[in-house]
Amino acid sequence: MNDALLVVVIAQGIAYGTPLLYGALGELLAERSGVLNLGVEGMMLVGAVMGFWAVQRFHATTSVALLAAVGVAALAGAAIAAIHAFLVITLRANQIVSGLAITIFAGIAGLSSYLGNDLDLATSPARHQFQEVFPSSWQDLPVVGPIIFGQSILVYASWVCVVLVGLYLSRTRLGLNVRAVGDSPAAADAMGLNVSAYRYAHTLVGGAFAGVAGATFSLSITPQWIAGLTAGAGWIAIALVVFSFWRPTLCLVGAYLFGAFSYLPFALQARDYSWAPPPELSQSLPYLMTIVALVLVSSRAARLRFGAPAALGRPYVREER
Amino acid sequence: MIRIERRLEQPRWLTVVVPVVSIAFAFLLATLVLLATHHPPLHTFARLFQAAFIDNGALTETLVSATPLAFTGLCAAVAFRMNLFNIGGEGQLYAGAITGAAVALLVGGAPSPVVIVAMILAGAAGGALLAAIPGVLRAFFSTSEIITSLMLNYVVALIIDYLIFGSHSYLRDSSGFQASVFPQGKTLPDSATWPSWTIHGLVIPLGALVAVAVAAAVWFLYARTRFGFEVQVIGDSARAGRYAGMRTRRKIVAVMCLSGAIAGLGGASQDGDFRHQLDPRGLIQANYGYAGIVVAALARYNPFAVLLVAFLLGGLQNAGYTLQGADFPNGLVGVLQGLLLFCVLGGELFIRYRVRIERRHATATEPA
Repeated sequence: MNDALLVVVIAQGIAYGTPLLYGALGELLAERSGVLNLGVEGMMLVGAVMGFWAVQRFHATTSVALLAAVGVAALAGAAIAAIHAFLVITLRANQIVSGLAITIFAGIAGLSSYLGNDLDLATSPARHQFQEVFPSSWQDLPVVGPIIFGQSILVYASWVCVVLVGLYLSRTRLGLNVRAVGDSPAAADAMGLNVSAYRYAHTLVGGAFAGVAGATFSLSITPQWIAGLTAGAGWIAIALVVFSFWRPTLCLVGAYLFGAFSYLPFALQARDYSWAPPPELSQSLPYLMTIVALVLVSSRAARLRFGAPAALGRPYVREER
Repeated sequence: MIRIERRLEQPRWLTVVVPVVSIAFAFLLATLVLLATHHPPLHTFARLFQAAFIDNGALTETLVSATPLAFTGLCAAVAFRMNLFNIGGEGQLYAGAITGAAVALLVGGAPSPVVIVAMILAGAAGGALLAAIPGVLRAFFSTSEIITSLMLNYVVALIIDYLIFGSHSYLRDSSGFQASVFPQGKTLPDSATWPSWTIHGLVIPLGALVAVAVAAAVWFLYARTRFGFEVQVIGDSARAGRYAGMRTRRKIVAVMCLSGAIAGLGGASQDGDFRHQLDPRGLIQANYGYAGIVVAALARYNPFAVLLVAFLLGGLQNAGYTLQGADFPNGLVGVLQGLLLFCVLGGELFIRYRVRIERRHATATEPA
């Protein structure tokens, strides 16, 4: 029963959706503060390569090495995000162009590949990787076994993050301030909030999330360093924020849906169904579905103006408001 | 206390000095990256420059890399001018390469000029059709063209893979044992080879001349025609354009198609000038589309500046291929491009704004 296509696709959809979820949560925090960061793909790749590097170099027990690797990946993502933050918050550069620059700088033909080649990481499998945490008797339970208990700690940690980010934005003073900064920076400024500080902090935290998302690829899903291994997941994460209407719980649903789309081609290929479409077609499914989902919500969202931070993408200059 | 205030007027010398200083600063940052990864910076830069512009045949190779960058750079510049962020130049170039190669195989028997014109038209049409998708979605459903155009890059990359590796399509070479083990595109007929001209050992491909012509046409369109004027008004303020009776939706679709058509031309030029077959691996590894965004942004969306920047970045890319190896890791070129873009973007602040450092005269204001 646990081998049924549907169960496998749901279980693996959760695993494959987890980097999307981390990336989307990070982007959501940055966008709620008014900063659009299109560099998620680049930050993910740098997180992936640095996390992988950490695991190969730190000689420690598995859990310590993996924890350190996630930390390194988060720092690397935040470091790249800091460039974007400096350019768009302090130097008031165009957020779209700066974000694209981040992806080009850090992405497949840039820093991540440079580091991967220079540190000679592409040749070896990961020395440590994330494993399922629950005993195998639990994982053998019908249906819930693989779906709920067959996941790595990164999946459970992402659930905690969804709850924390949701509570932060709706129930804490700081979170409400962030929303004020993203919706009306002038009003927030008049309230005495430091708009730049809020935007810097959330862009950096967003970068850290993207770095962890990258490490999820290189230490759990793939688990190996391959140049460009995220294959557009960063962009799907950005789109997820839009069609989850900037809400963390909907991000989770969307991430698992698109994780399932990403895993489906592997499942079909492994089972060799006669009815299966050519693998290229099923591999293009997540990209095509992203377009479809985006069209569905944008026609609705355009009418309802539902959820988007009002000052998203605009620099805030006190003298020019 | 640092204050940043808007300049009332921008002195002309600043528009020269700031970019130069920005580029110098980018190389300073690149030096730091190289030092941090234990590579000798000056030696590396010298070798880059030599491999790009000095060595025997280097300029010819630089033109080979610069030609597609000019097309994708113009593709991005045309759209970005209207605040339409078409980042699908990559996929639109593939689409043009597919349609260009298909047409070349289809009409290969005809005289060479006919085949070449057919390839140019087919390439432009292929790119334009692909770009029309995000254009229509943006115009009629207000869907962000950034993500949709980017997603299509991955889709077209899969289509081109399918045509050559995943199926026995019309474009795939299926003759002989070699072709069944290592799938590749059918070699295009000789009539589909674009001419080139040699001046003092420098080979100028037809594609490079087409790119120059396209740049001139784009300049004329934006600087001298009503269409171009309306596009710029809509780009600055879509609402103002609508109130003035401009058909904003049609303009969005038209500009996206034009942008895609230029990238598609670049794809046809890849078939006719350089590769002489539909070459998925080569096209996908080259990343011309993304580098084109860097070109357009560095050129501040000016079509003639795009040509110049494409030439310089083409040199950089060519040097990257030539020197690729253990002491010159691949990816360095992208790092350099990114740093250049950051510095030029950041530098623009100093053209528009003045930075003042004011000392606080705390002691002076105190009563004695």
